[in-house]
Amino acid sequence: MKEKALILNESDIDRILKRISHEILERNKGAKNLVFVGIQKRGVPLARRIANNIKELEGTEMFAGKLDISFYRDDVAKRVKPNVEITDIPFVIDGKDVILVDDVLFTGRTIRASLDALTDFGRPRTIQLVVLIDRGHRELPIRADYVGKNMPTSLNERIEVSLKETDGKDSVTIYESS
Amino acid sequence: MLSVKNVIDIDDLSVNDIEIILENADTFNEVLERDLKKVPALRGKTVINMFFENSTRTRISFELAAKRLSADIINFSSSTSSLKKGESIIDTIKTIRSMIADLLVIRHSDSGVMSFISNNIDLPIINAGDGKHQHPTQALLDLYTIKKSFGKFKGLSVAIAGDIVNSRVARSNMLLFKKMGMEVTLVSAPMLLPEDLSHYGVSVKSCIDEIIKTVDILYMLRMQFERQERKYYPSVKEYNRFLALDEKRLNMMKKNSLLMHPGPVNRDIEISENVMNLENSMPEKIKINEQVRNGVAVRMALIYLILTKE
Repeated sequence: MKEKALILNESDIDRILKRISHEILERNKGAKNLVFVGIQKRGVPLARRIANNIKELEGTEMFAGKLDISFYRDDVAKRVKPNVEITDIPFVIDGKDVILVDDVLFTGRTIRASLDALTDFGRPRTIQLVVLIDRGHRELPIRADYVGKNMPTSLNERIEVSLKETDGKDSVTIYESS
Repeated sequence: MLSVKNVIDIDDLSVNDIEIILENADTFNEVLERDLKKVPALRGKTVINMFFENSTRTRISFELAAKRLSADIINFSSSTSSLKKGESIIDTIKTIRSMIADLLVIRHSDSGVMSFISNNIDLPIINAGDGKHQHPTQALLDLYTIKKSFGKFKGLSVAIAGDIVNSRVARSNMLLFKKMGMEVTLVSAPMLLPEDLSHYGVSVKSCIDEIIKTVDILYMLRMQFERQERKYYPSVKEYNRFLALDEKRLNMMKKNSLLMHPGPVNRDIEISENVMNLENSMPEKIKINEQVRNGVAVRMALIYLILTKE
């Protein structure tokens, strides 16, 4: 894998998350019915950051949970995920507008699994999807409601998202297999 | 990912394996606290519970664990099977295997039967207790219970008290506790101890009073009357005096220490009726029910890790 290009740096990511925070507030007419759920692992800090942005804008405390979808994948037996992360949704999602957050939208299978998992926790009024990068190549009829950056890619490319909370820095880089 | 295909003997598991199992148990523990206590992880997989010896908690625990993971589970009981017509164990298992199973959970009264079976069958096996040999899932759920209270293992002192010689739980637990850096003392009488303890690296005491004030964990064993071909102990009164836990001794235990027992408890033999009745009011000390509860999460972790291994 060789590095092809740096797509987003720290301030790009910061601006994107601020813009998305405003879009969420605009579309939902405020923050009062919102809860946030980040998909492990890098969706979790992204959800936390958006929730914090909205708290600053609206002055209301926002809940942000964590969701691990290992047990809901349709390819459990084919693909080994070494470490299952914790799921922690310590609030009721019934009747809420759930903002589901992930770093990269690719085939859509992670999102399908997330929808199954969330359904086990209750019946939200709506589920809306935020992704930092949409790289295309969908295998299921799934789309995001809020997209940080559309990044058309080829299948031999890889997108690497780094975040301060998990990787010590904020960046999105594209790699190409050589 | 686990380094082993079968879970038969604690010695086969590396410290890394054990840590992976405990971490996964945590995530399954969270699943068990949800309103909807089931995940679809193992849809389409089939687990066979083969119990050639009686069991309540272990069989139900494995059954629940498989069901919470959405695997299908078949319960086989030897007393109503063709074993009664003289079919051998291997033929019985091969018959079940040809109906396509993915995992066998086996309990048997013969020590060491597991390695014989695993040498003859190419399916993964979890040992749910074999004779006086081992009961690794009990040891793992006990370790998980300890982890939830102490958050660490190194340097903890544990005393295992009672009928050691007949106990597969004692054998698995000694090995596992030592492996994780705990100090193990056995409290028992000469007739209730195995002849050779040298390779376990444990010390031995003869009365519970010698350790009661200092141990972090007091692990009581069940007097296994069903395995005692001869009389191992002169009288219940004598047993009570040296090896049983009553309220007075319970109150001598140090702060933050735990009382554990693998169940089923012989009331008024190894643990007094009074102490048993205190469990609901002392959940931070008496862990017997919590052990059972943790068993489901730990067994979910094992089944999941074995069936998702490449």
